[in-house]
Amino acid sequence: MALVIAAIVLVLAIVLRPQPLPEAQALPANHRSIETAQLRPAAAFATITDPAVRSVALFEEAGRVIQHPRCMNCHPRTDRPTQTDAMRPHMPWVTRGPDNAGAATLRCTTCHHDANFAASGVPGNPKWKLAPIEMAWQGKTLGQICRQILDPARAHMGRDQLLQHMAKDELVGWAWHPGGKRTPAPGTQAEFGALIDAWLKTGARCPA
Amino acid sequence: MSYSLTVNGQVRHVDEDGQTPLLWVLRDTLKLPGTKYGCGIAQCGACTVHVDGQPMRSCSLALEAAAGSQIVTIEAVDGPQADAIRDAWVARDVPQCGFCQSGQIMSAVALLRSVPKPTDADIDIAMSGNICRCATYNRIRAAIHDAAGSAQS
Ligand code: FES
Ligand code: FES
Repeated sequence: MALVIAAIVLVLAIVLRPQPLPEAQALPANHRSIETAQLRPAAAFATITDPAVRSVALFEEAGRVIQHPRCMNCHPRTDRPTQTDAMRPHMPWVTRGPDNAGAATLRCTTCHHDANFAASGVPGNPKWKLAPIEMAWQGKTLGQICRQILDPARAHMGRDQLLQHMAKDELVGWAWHPGGKRTPAPGTQAEFGALIDAWLKTGARCPA
Repeated sequence: MSYSLTVNGQVRHVDEDGQTPLLWVLRDTLKLPGTKYGCGIAQCGACTVHVDGQPMRSCSLALEAAAGSQIVTIEAVDGPQADAIRDAWVARDVPQCGFCQSGQIMSAVALLRSVPKPTDADIDIAMSGNICRCATYNRIRAAIHDAAGSAQS
């Protein structure tokens, strides 16, 4: 009898022992939070007294934008764009075509329209297209890119237009508003434009 | 909000959010299910329709951007190139499961309209955004060549 009572007590003790209740857990965030990197303002370089050294430093800071995937993806060294922060080949398989906006039979506008489209995740801008092949940046050093953009034969633009392209062009400006999970270029287009302006005014010196 | 668009020759008024993909409007609102949903992210081509004559992925086109356009779907695509493609597709028995095929056909018709006698390379470029899980690519390519021959003769 005593054995039976002991067994019942034991079973009750096991069943009724205090147990932790299941706790609600937060769902994982749908999108990883997108961090916007800052740019050092052009004024921060005033402490560099030698204009040539300051010019190179300004361009190196601007290079954080120029060599960002948002800019590099559309400056490929082949006829195919790259995509994502990993700069992988564009899928589907597309080519630049005669006007850098796609082959006649597979235009960029088959999928890309005037604005980023959240439902499909496809980015967009009215001027969506690649930089010309002479302006290929991928695989180049910042110094090579610097000399290239100063060469009107390859850049197809003089210094005023270059500043305009960097500081005002709306397709370039997309890099700061890429939508979706895409990381924006550092800083703002205005800050980037100010760096380029200050670089040009200090003699447009290039890194080695 | 209300939008009007011309679909297969008829003016249609739809009352949907402007950011709704055209694909949903075609399939769910206008009950034209010939255009297929494959991926929804502009990767497969199953949803291809013609917008003002250009092939476009309807999953990646907002209703507000499509409003005012002439849209043609697989249900109504016609003309000599479409007829030639249809005949070649039947003769070659191109489809396997068929899911990708309305998109393939819309892209192929658009290709023949702009390049009447496409080379293999032309076909590869124009059709590279249309994926076929059953891998009917060789039959698609052969059928486009057949159609190019017959649409010209
Ligand atoms: S459903 Fe539009 S491309 Fe796949
Ligand atoms: S026929 Fe099955 S996916 Fe193309």
